[in-house]
Amino acid sequence: MPLLEIDDLAVTFATPGGDVRAVDGVSLSVDEGGATAVVGESGSGKSQTAFSVLGLLAKNGRATGAVRWDGEDILNAPDRRLRTLRGEEIGIIFQDPMTSLNPFMRVGSQLAEALTEHRGVSRREAEREAGRMLDAVRIPDAKARLRQYPHEFSGGMRQRVMIAMALLNRPRLLIADEPTTALDVTVQAQIMELLADLRREFGMALLLITHDLGIVAGACEETVVMYGGRVMEKGPTADLFAAPTHPYTVGLLAAVPRIDGDGDLAAIPGDPPDMSRPLPGCPFTPRCPLAHAPCPTVRPPMDGRRACHAPVPDVRALAARLAPEAAE
Amino acid sequence: MTLLRLEDLSVTFPVARRGAWPWEAPDLLRAVTDVSLEVAAGETLGLVGESGSGKSTLARAVIGTIPASSGRVLWEGQDLAALSAGRRRRHRAEVQMVFQDPLAALNPRMTVGRAIAEPLQTHEPDASRDERRRRVGEVMEKVGLSPKLMDRYPHEFSGGQCQRVGIARALVLNPRLIVADEPVSALDVSVQAQVVNLMKRLVKDMGISLIFIAHDLSVVRNVSDRIAVMYLGRLMEVGPARPLIAAPAHPYTRALVEAVPVPDPARGAVRAAGLVEGDIPSPLSPPSGCVFRTRCPRARPDCADAPPALRPVRETEAACIHPIAEAAHA
Amino acid sequence: MRAPKMHPAAAAEPFVEAAETGVLVADEEGGGRSLWQDARRRFFQNKVAVASLVWLAIVAAMALIGPLVAPWDYESVDWSVLGNIREAGRPSIESGHWFGTDELGRDLFARTMQGTQISLMVGIVGALAAVVIGTLYGAISGYAGGRVDGFMMRLVDILVSIPYMFVLILLLVVVQASAFLQSIPGIQFIALFVGIGAISWFDMARIARGQTLSLKNREFVEAAIATGVRPFRIVTRHIVPNLMGIVVVYATLLVPNMIIFESFVSFLGLGVQEPATSWGALLNDGAETLTRGTLWQIGFPLFFFVTTLFAFFFIGDGLRDALDPKDR
Repeated sequence: MPLLEIDDLAVTFATPGGDVRAVDGVSLSVDEGGATAVVGESGSGKSQTAFSVLGLLAKNGRATGAVRWDGEDILNAPDRRLRTLRGEEIGIIFQDPMTSLNPFMRVGSQLAEALTEHRGVSRREAEREAGRMLDAVRIPDAKARLRQYPHEFSGGMRQRVMIAMALLNRPRLLIADEPTTALDVTVQAQIMELLADLRREFGMALLLITHDLGIVAGACEETVVMYGGRVMEKGPTADLFAAPTHPYTVGLLAAVPRIDGDGDLAAIPGDPPDMSRPLPGCPFTPRCPLAHAPCPTVRPPMDGRRACHAPVPDVRALAARLAPEAAE
Repeated sequence: MTLLRLEDLSVTFPVARRGAWPWEAPDLLRAVTDVSLEVAAGETLGLVGESGSGKSTLARAVIGTIPASSGRVLWEGQDLAALSAGRRRRHRAEVQMVFQDPLAALNPRMTVGRAIAEPLQTHEPDASRDERRRRVGEVMEKVGLSPKLMDRYPHEFSGGQCQRVGIARALVLNPRLIVADEPVSALDVSVQAQVVNLMKRLVKDMGISLIFIAHDLSVVRNVSDRIAVMYLGRLMEVGPARPLIAAPAHPYTRALVEAVPVPDPARGAVRAAGLVEGDIPSPLSPPSGCVFRTRCPRARPDCADAPPALRPVRETEAACIHPIAEAAHA
Repeated sequence: MRAPKMHPAAAAEPFVEAAETGVLVADEEGGGRSLWQDARRRFFQNKVAVASLVWLAIVAAMALIGPLVAPWDYESVDWSVLGNIREAGRPSIESGHWFGTDELGRDLFARTMQGTQISLMVGIVGALAAVVIGTLYGAISGYAGGRVDGFMMRLVDILVSIPYMFVLILLLVVVQASAFLQSIPGIQFIALFVGIGAISWFDMARIARGQTLSLKNREFVEAAIATGVRPFRIVTRHIVPNLMGIVVVYATLLVPNMIIFESFVSFLGLGVQEPATSWGALLNDGAETLTRGTLWQIGFPLFFFVTTLFAFFFIGDGLRDALDPKDR
């Protein structure tokens, strides 16, 4: 049984302009100790998928389907259950570490508070544990750092503090929502390495939400590619990168500039989908080079790995055309 | 032919010290220190650096909205600070800028047609209304936008389309240099590739020089003929794009190259080996000597002595006294 | 079923070629929707605000037309009711005193309408002065920045620190006491308008300056500076149009403040002079006779006063929501 299983999840937001379906029929799972990445561009619904797991949707959002945590359905669970879930069993870190920390509280107190809240340990014990955790996320001179305020930390250090806070209660799953988007590349590399180390140390599972295919490659065993609120393709990361079977995955991989590549980038024409006016069929149709008759009207079913009407050999041929270098 | 030359350019900003009296001298933030660079006509120079590297300040010194504190910006051999008022206005028309956040760079109360026409109105006030509309329409087609969209407002466009509008505005006066400050970092990957390709094609077709600023080395590598790497306001390494990436001479360039995530599961794990430690120091109190020495895996005691000057190492120039000798890891 | 928007080249060609040929297709013809048009649409969706606007229009129409159709004017005394206001002066259709009469036998309908005219005028003049003086002062101060900004804003600080109520009362008393000034027709009005106009713009100036400061650092202003647009054009084309939203909202909320302010001054007996009147003066009269069983004397003016103020506040709220939908 997977640790976290999302089954046919749909998220709808009621807006003055009508309902907007941000997530539509998404299914994915994270194994105990495993790592799954959800990759998508803006408007793909990747963050809303993660938020609905912990009941963090905005007020006008409604989630249907099922989210099973260790077999227990936690989608739309009562607030009390969600509160113990957050922090104790599932940790979460966000894109911007500055807005997630209280600027008027010492970092040590904020960390300790997370512990006293959930485990009812003494303040002194909590502070000691906080210090240990800052050590664990490789913050030098952790003891002295506990007394400092968030603004005295650099962006990378703040994200480490957020990770420490998420890990305090030794959660079995860490949800990381674009954890490195706000950081510089050299710092991003450090944080990704840290996450990999911590997974090993704590035996914790990871659900990584990102737009960057690059950071997925080294960090997660499973990858789910989302577009327009739906899953396009999912599978073992190695297979997905080596032999994508969905035109969107092909396009996305080809559009990423490679440090070791030359020539024009293979851009995907057109713009991300307008979620207030969804297509009845596949959302990628208007931008897809393999789009044909059933695509705009008939929603392709998820057949194990992918949801696409185009035959796999055609997708392979497209991939070969777009990446001539790979053949070298 | 050299179009733009920077000679020992420095830009400092006064920063009020906390608790200081108003008459006390403020601290100086050295955003850019002693940068010398050249951009040839028709050439694309990539400018890479992390936050605090001074790359955006450098861009603004080049277009002339931030004055140089010392050193010179030479436009076709003439010092920008010493230009006559008329010549300076012409410089403003010849150098255009493309901004990072495509939506924020457009006035929300102005149609995109008027936004694109604004440089025309400013520099060629005699052009008739029809003439203006015609040229706006032309340039919109050039960047892949239908001229029918001229009377729309920015919020009706996607991010990628807004950036096309921004590029059209920069092109409408047929400039000789475009300075693009992180033009694609706010865009989705699939759209980013469209804009990168568009810019590459336009500068090539129109023979425009381009300074392409980004924090993403792989994008810069794709666009640029030459690359300049900045760290804490100083130039670390300059050189032709290929050798600079393939065999960096400066340890910082190498660290940047190593840190770029590669969408290849087999390589991802291997690359994590050569990471640099720690964070970028504050530009208010940069380290003495070589500014990178506090994070440099190759740092030795003599690195703290004096800031190293650029000197040729193989095919590039690096500001390092212990450059990487061989293209060992390539 | 709606046909999907499809890129002409996208269907057949891979990504690279499609992106190269791309002239984007507009999905509908014609002009764009400006932010003002959007705001107007949102405003008219707000039922409370629209009802308030309608009510305000009715009040204004009554204030203009009422005195023309009323059988009595606002200063003539109906001698037939004098001495028996409680019985003969009560509101009735037959006597022509629709709202009854005041303690001196003057027609309350005519007086209320006349008071409405004055009060609305005071509110609008005050708000207008604030918009013109305040916006210009603030925009100039903010855009100039540096020492100019410092000087201009300290000046406002000093003016604000003067107890304005005291100054206004002093001004009105002086005008009342001076025989020479009294010879100028309408001097009391003029003094009132000057006094209110002179104090109403401080907050507006501060608001406009704050907005200008943040607008000045927006990229589109930088873009204009970079292309060499002259400072005056930047202020008129880029700053002021983006200032108008908040200015309109604040001006709408300022109108009722000015009305209340005038009412207070008139309540003290210093505002408009007999036989002319305003809501404040009417309320003052009504309050004096509260115990004599002539409740209509306070009831009618109070009704107009309160409903109009509420209407302004609701319109202001509606405008704010319409102009800045992100705040909701």
